[in-house]
Amino acid sequence: MEKPFRRRDLLGIRDLTAAEIKGILDTAENFREINMREIKKVPTLRGKTVINLFFENSTRTRTSFELAAKRLSADAINISVAGSSLSKGETIVDTALNLDAMQPDCIVVRHGSAGVPHQLAKVSKAAVINAGDGANEHPTQALLDAMTIREHKGRIEGLKVAIIGDILHSRVARSNIHLLTKLGANVRVAGPGTLVPNEFEHIAAAGLEVCKNVEEAIANADVVMILRIQRERQDSAFFPTLREYAIHFGLTKERLDLANPDAIVLHPGPMNRGIEIASEVADSSRSLILDQVKYGLAVRMAVLYLATGGSAIV
Amino acid sequence: MKLLISNGHLIDPAAGENSGMNVLVSNGVIEAWLKPNETPPEGCEVLDATGLVVAPGFIDLHVHFREPGQEHKETIATGCAAAVAGGWTSVCPMPNTNPINDNAAITRYIIEQGERSGLANVFPIGAITKFSDGTELAEMGEMKAAGAVAVSDDGRPLPNAGIMLRAMQYAKDFGLPVVDHCEDKSLTAGGVMHEGRVSMLLGLKGMPAIAEELDVLRDIMLARETGAHVHIAHISTKNALEAVRRAKNVGIKVTCEAAPHHFTLTDEAVIGYDTNFKMSPPLRSAEHREAVIEGLRDGTIDAIATDHAPHHHDEKALEFDRAPFGITGLETAVGLAFSELVHQGIIDLPRLVELCSTKPAAIFGLSGRGTLRPGSIADITILDPHDEWKYSNAESRSKSRNCPFNGRHFLGRAVTTIVGGRPVFDIRKLRLDR
Repeated sequence: MEKPFRRRDLLGIRDLTAAEIKGILDTAENFREINMREIKKVPTLRGKTVINLFFENSTRTRTSFELAAKRLSADAINISVAGSSLSKGETIVDTALNLDAMQPDCIVVRHGSAGVPHQLAKVSKAAVINAGDGANEHPTQALLDAMTIREHKGRIEGLKVAIIGDILHSRVARSNIHLLTKLGANVRVAGPGTLVPNEFEHIAAAGLEVCKNVEEAIANADVVMILRIQRERQDSAFFPTLREYAIHFGLTKERLDLANPDAIVLHPGPMNRGIEIASEVADSSRSLILDQVKYGLAVRMAVLYLATGGSAIV
Repeated sequence: MKLLISNGHLIDPAAGENSGMNVLVSNGVIEAWLKPNETPPEGCEVLDATGLVVAPGFIDLHVHFREPGQEHKETIATGCAAAVAGGWTSVCPMPNTNPINDNAAITRYIIEQGERSGLANVFPIGAITKFSDGTELAEMGEMKAAGAVAVSDDGRPLPNAGIMLRAMQYAKDFGLPVVDHCEDKSLTAGGVMHEGRVSMLLGLKGMPAIAEELDVLRDIMLARETGAHVHIAHISTKNALEAVRRAKNVGIKVTCEAAPHHFTLTDEAVIGYDTNFKMSPPLRSAEHREAVIEGLRDGTIDAIATDHAPHHHDEKALEFDRAPFGITGLETAVGLAFSELVHQGIIDLPRLVELCSTKPAAIFGLSGRGTLRPGSIADITILDPHDEWKYSNAESRSKSRNCPFNGRHFLGRAVTTIVGGRPVFDIRKLRLDR
């Protein structure tokens, strides 16, 4: 049987083929059911060790990876380091080698600097899973978004997906752009010109378009993905005020009405209600934000399983 | 003691020479050129240069030796050892040491450390401003008297036009070129690579080409205003080159240098996040690299300079965001110039010698160097254009290992380096020793 996902590490969606992505998603489908059982635990990864190495604060991603590991009976250890290994005078390479000496099977890493998972993977014997690196990628987020879209739309190919907000600094946007375009969706991105550079159009081989305004991106969309806007961007002059951002770039009910009537709304969380997304949209039936969290667990179980040597279940 | 370099092909653009010629060295000075059929004087030592090119000693206008202050990265002695192994007979260290080379005492110290190492000549570049902090002018006259050949606040470019204007007005009367690392920091703050498709792809903060171009334009206009000589360090963008080309055409005193990595690599090399591809100015996109190559071909670029910037392994083994800028380059520069330029048919051998010796000597006013005319100082670089070799960081003479060309194969190199009439490096002897 062909294994659609053969890689040891999951560093990003950029390096994956469409078949590999589908393989992970199909595997995740099979893990969903475990989370609905009364006893939510299977012995699949018994005896395996997973280290969650988080250099950046995270509630839902870290919890999700930890639960995923535990439900598969792996031993999960969480390490939180503020900022950088440098703050303790240690290089990234030394951090990796020290953890590696404890023979973990998998290191899940989140870091504020792009490329840290790649640097770890070069020296580590354990499989490395990227749980978000700077503005580069957040592959499991894109996978759980894809799972949510597939669940509600039945497919990804041919869909029109609008991604709105701070594209420049968003690892969620990058991973989603790679995943959705590889699977044949048409992706349109929009936001303030300071945060949506035109060069962005060239990061995907095809199927990506930078729109002049939010309305143009949302028009007839099947999926509207809203990115979290960070207050510190205002301090660096990317936009004048959160108030103005909400008025011109926020997802209001009126703007959502431009999309297809059955369009769904995704947000990677945590939300700034009333800024990038109006509460009435966030709380409406079209918003699938809690589904995303639910599927996140299944995706991370699948990724841990595949990275530690399991073969894709298709 | 006399030394005869025999059977070589002499290329000396300053003298218009490009033919088979024997060179006779006596007491550290070029005594005469002898035609192949002329009989050399009795009893001189003979260095056989059959099949090799004999050129005036190569001069690197831009290196960072970390002495004083960061000797764990490089000392003047290890830097000079790397220089002569790469074919460079003279090097010009930038002033960003600790303390900064902003006064005559430090300038003298650097020169003396160079003399102690007994390898390459060391011509320091003094700071433009005290502490290179961009406010008060440093004692340029005193540094010049101590041996400084130019002034620069390299790496900490002058933040405003006002102080640059004063620097040019003042430096001009001392005959000191003002060397500028052109980078408008307001456009590059937090940036770690060239801004463009690849930075967008990798999620790394970009340093746009225009940050360099704005400062190049500013410096050119100030040079026109003051009549001072401005030398643009490590030029790397298309529009910066176009600006220099136009300025030269109207007679403004501007010169520029290019670094080997900028004519060899593009920002695509950063994919993979190897910090040995992180330097400033950053590796640019293909169109900029092509513009640099065109500048080398058409004469807009005056010199090849390495921007040799050693960093300790521990510092480079950090996150891409946090690792320091800079790569070593003294030992690979000539190999890259041969492999990427000469053997690609972009420049010929006389132009290579012009870029590495003739022009650098003229830009920093190093009299008696950059030529092998009788009476000149006997700094000689002997080249083998067809030597196949592989660079290995493990064998580097530098104290640091941050070279992105580890394991790369080259065609062509400097095989013998002679400083002041004394062979200080000879790859052929090293190979025979093995």
